[in-house]
Amino acid sequence: MSTHIKTSTLQLSASGLEVVRKDAVKAYPDECCGFLFGTETEGRKITLAVPVTNHKDGDKRRRFEIHPQDYLRAERLAAEIGLDLLGVYHSHPEHPALPSLTDLEMALPYFSYVIVSVKSGKVVDERSWKLNESLGLFEEEFIMQPIHLS
Amino acid sequence: MATIIIPTPLRKFTGNQSTFKVNEAGTISEAILSLTNQYTDLKKHVIDDQGKIRSFVRLYLGDEDVSALDQKADTRIKESDVISIVPAIAGGIY
Ligand SMILES: [Zn+2]
Repeated sequence: MSTHIKTSTLQLSASGLEVVRKDAVKAYPDECCGFLFGTETEGRKITLAVPVTNHKDGDKRRRFEIHPQDYLRAERLAAEIGLDLLGVYHSHPEHPALPSLTDLEMALPYFSYVIVSVKSGKVVDERSWKLNESLGLFEEEFIMQPIHLS
Repeated sequence: MATIIIPTPLRKFTGNQSTFKVNEAGTISEAILSLTNQYTDLKKHVIDDQGKIRSFVRLYLGDEDVSALDQKADTRIKESDVISIVPAIAGGIY
């Protein structure tokens, strides 16, 4: 068995990051959620974040759920605009940006899972995670600081 | 030929194909079975140990949730039908 550790990176556009942070603050104290779109030609680059309703029936402060219809729409949008559906973001109100056991249980291969930590209504951290299927664990993706143009 | 749309995170199990054309006439179940027979690595992400659709996966026929159809996955499909495999997206803080 290989012990090679792969460090993947994720580029997040300033505008995409802005959408994610604003959604996290707006939804607080509930969890927010949304989809991440972009390209993967030269590494993974998220260029668009699209918020969706947290459809969880019950405690939205601790759980999020995306409606299957919203998932269908996200796949269709990706095909229409020529971007790849690359992941999902959600927030952790009053908790660190670390994936929970529930997050791990529900994790799909390939997707980047960006988690935003919100404390007292303010974004304090964001980190990205990707499932390592063979190990059954999340591996952190290094988020490269967005480049601000203009 | 009906079409099955593979969700992006599972496309690595279909050689990056986003769609699958179903050759034979039949039901939704049969269409999914022909897909997972062709791409065996995909199978465990869609079908459970009892041979049923996994609880973490929904099927849509066009814009209809297959579980809401009268005959569910036994519904017969037409050539123009589009079946989507929709993975559950959820999580939380603990
Ligand atoms: Zn979470």
